Amino acid sequence: MADNTFDIIIIGAGPGGYVTAIRAAQLGFKVALVEREHLGGICLNWGCIPTKALLRSAEIYTYMNHAADYGLAADNIKFDPAKVVARSRAVSARLTMGVNGLLKKNKVQIIWGEAKLSKPGEVIVSETEKPAMLPQNLPPKGTLGAGTYTAKHIILATGARPRVLPGLEHDGKLVWSYFEAMVPQEMPKSLLVIGSGAIGIEFASFYNAMGVDVTVVEIMDQIMPVEDVEISKFAQKQLEKHGLKFKLSSKVAALKKGANNVVATIETAGKTETITVDRVIAATGVVGNIEGLGLEELGVKTEKGCVVTDGYGRTNVSGLYAIGDVAGPPMLAHKAEHEGVICVEKIKGLDAHPMKKDQIPGCTYCHPQVASVGLTEAKAIAAGFEVKVGKFPFLANGKAIALGEDQGLIKTIFDAKTGRLLGAHMVGAEVTELIQGYVIAMGLETTEQELMHTVFPHPTLSEMMHESVLDAYGRVIHM
Amino acid sequence: MPTEIILPKVDMDMASGRISRWLVAEGAMVKKGDPVFEMETDKAAMEVEAPASGILGNVVAKEGMDVRVGEPVAWIFAEGENPSVIVPQGAPAVTVAALPVATSNISAASLTVTAASSGSVRATPLARRMARDAGLELASIAGRGPYGRIVSADIEKAAALRIVPAAIVPAPKAAPPSDAGVLKLFEPGYYSVVPHDTMRRTIARRLVEAKSTVPHFYVSADCRLDSLLKLRAELNEAAPIMSGAPVYKLSINDMVIKAWALALRQVPAANVSWTENAMLVHVHADIGVAVSVPGGLITPIIRAAESKSLSAISNEIKDLAARAKARKLKPDEYNGGSSAISNLGMFGVKEFAAIINPPHATILAVGGGELRPVVSNGTIVPATVMTVTLSTDHRAVDGALGAEVLGAFRAYIEKPLGMLI
Repeated sequence: MADNTFDIIIIGAGPGGYVTAIRAAQLGFKVALVEREHLGGICLNWGCIPTKALLRSAEIYTYMNHAADYGLAADNIKFDPAKVVARSRAVSARLTMGVNGLLKKNKVQIIWGEAKLSKPGEVIVSETEKPAMLPQNLPPKGTLGAGTYTAKHIILATGARPRVLPGLEHDGKLVWSYFEAMVPQEMPKSLLVIGSGAIGIEFASFYNAMGVDVTVVEIMDQIMPVEDVEISKFAQKQLEKHGLKFKLSSKVAALKKGANNVVATIETAGKTETITVDRVIAATGVVGNIEGLGLEELGVKTEKGCVVTDGYGRTNVSGLYAIGDVAGPPMLAHKAEHEGVICVEKIKGLDAHPMKKDQIPGCTYCHPQVASVGLTEAKAIAAGFEVKVGKFPFLANGKAIALGEDQGLIKTIFDAKTGRLLGAHMVGAEVTELIQGYVIAMGLETTEQELMHTVFPHPTLSEMMHESVLDAYGRVIHM
Repeated sequence: MPTEIILPKVDMDMASGRISRWLVAEGAMVKKGDPVFEMETDKAAMEVEAPASGILGNVVAKEGMDVRVGEPVAWIFAEGENPSVIVPQGAPAVTVAALPVATSNISAASLTVTAASSGSVRATPLARRMARDAGLELASIAGRGPYGRIVSADIEKAAALRIVPAAIVPAPKAAPPSDAGVLKLFEPGYYSVVPHDTMRRTIARRLVEAKSTVPHFYVSADCRLDSLLKLRAELNEAAPIMSGAPVYKLSINDMVIKAWALALRQVPAANVSWTENAMLVHVHADIGVAVSVPGGLITPIIRAAESKSLSAISNEIKDLAARAKARKLKPDEYNGGSSAISNLGMFGVKEFAAIINPPHATILAVGGGELRPVVSNGTIVPATVMTVTLSTDHRAVDGALGAEVLGAFRAYIEKPLGMLI
């Protein structure tokens, strides 16, 4: 008979859940991980990773179309949507296999099915009734199934799903969520994207690059509303140059579905217009998966669709924890992973520190890319800081020019009084790979002095990070 | 990788600690969480636990040494790791303090203790700059980052509390006579030299600081104890017996603590701490109770005393006092507090005035109860009377406010049934 008692049971094998499971196993706990659908969660199967594969195809396609700019010739440039999607699925499958291997190596017991908390310390797993999103990566072998399992500590890592707004419900055919948008069988001619957060803007960028006529509607007055307004405006201008159309301070009032198209009514400042598009992507955010877990029965405190936790993932119910999207924003994979590690280290009694939420970077992989950490200039000023702001454009960086990527900006915001790096904001090629330098600097509490004294390699894009800091203190060299 | 054992910071204003005893021999196995050594600070002795399991090796801090906070004292090696390969980085991180001395035969020169430098305190660049700007000594700040590293949040906290460091308070201009000058006044052989321990040094430093920086103001009152003594006798008589002993035995001091806490609750403006930027108005009356211990005194704190029953206060102070005498109090049991009580009544003292212990703004000095003639309804009658003197920090508690809170205290003492509600 299988042993049904564990030290820790984690519900949900997304990036938060599986990383938490591995860390818990490293700490010597006997760990089980319950998953109903796919190892790696949305991130590996329907989110971060497969979109990066799609965007890479789009990027190379764009380069090929601009081959002449680099002295190269390419004719008859075409793509096959099915093969682009197939590559994206293969990337996803390879990584979920990898997760399976990691869990095995760390002796994490996978339990396949739908979990429900029955009482403190007990989870009842039943066969899942949720229809799988296809194509689905293969489920792992050697899992336990339906049954009653107990553990001293139970960690919810159930993630989130697309938010559905009334009138904008996904139907999987004409109105897509990120699931359908990830696996197009053919390219629509025109596309309406509702919402310009990271998900919306990445799909808009991908489809635009693949030749689709894309319109983005955003209810706020800037695209990517969480970003620094200057960066948003810069990105918008570049995206428009590539053919994207934006309607800001606007909302989609109605969607009228035809046989193979949709007429969308868009309201902007009291005025109404209609546009006809082949497909719609509703990317109006995500909401936590808190339903069907038995949370109400246990009296677990929730707020705005998420479980309320302290800095260590503890809920108001002893022995029950929550991490990642289900524990509240920002709903990012790297935040979930970090929260999970903190949670189990605290359970172990290690000297864990609550996560510094103001130091979580965010990345958007449109073209040009956007990456940021910390306070925007507006938020820093609103928080009462006297700021020093540095800016450096890609136009003045040797490597950027050589790459043929001379459009971008790196902006840094310092507290004038202490030299604390309050925020860093970037738009341009490969900035998602650059931001981590500033994240480390913030974490180690460097001031402008240490950043100025750091040697940045030449020729790299990272030199702009140096110049931006120098600019904040009136010492910029290449401007 | 071997795991470093560092000297932990267990107290806000602690720069170094002394290794009093190693509990595990070099080369022996330790388990994570087991006590490995005993350390001694200004105020307490405590055991430090092993941060990892393995073999204790490379013990660089020997017994009797003073070690700066955050410095390594030894390493724990995993099995198979070679202890000889680890060499402490940089210069030896320990300073040998005044050597343990016998009783006499000590020269004046050796009485000067070398101060530990703060050059190697772990702190982030931002924390260093903020401390410099705020005029705070890094060595006086507890680091809450990895390995006890001081981070910006620690500086913000310290600046808010404004634990005034030596750098800001100018040393008194008139220097006290030198040790040699004092020794000259006495015939050698007619005195013995008892070196100061860390507690004595701390008491000296803190009281000089308190008396020279806090403007003291005093108000006194006589309190009739007859009702209180009667109530106390009744309460003690009513104590349930468990395992052959009463569950509690209230002392007058227990009732004084409770009355003082209730008075502070009634007059919250007096339950405060002075900081340069703001008044801290405390939610609870956390009452420090001066306990005399061999070689000095320490003030363990009854937290939220206003909310505790007399029996709870009584049992708690018994426990704290016993552990204070054994120097086994944890820092959070004697740090902070919002006021204090010093009771010398049991020594037959009639009245005295006490020195405020910052961050407190008040201290209540309690004399002994004695039979005195008092005038009641125009006739002289015998009554048991106790004289109390309240010292207030005049920056925080003005005279009238001091009188008001003392009046409230007297009301509770003289009509003690109010304490039971």
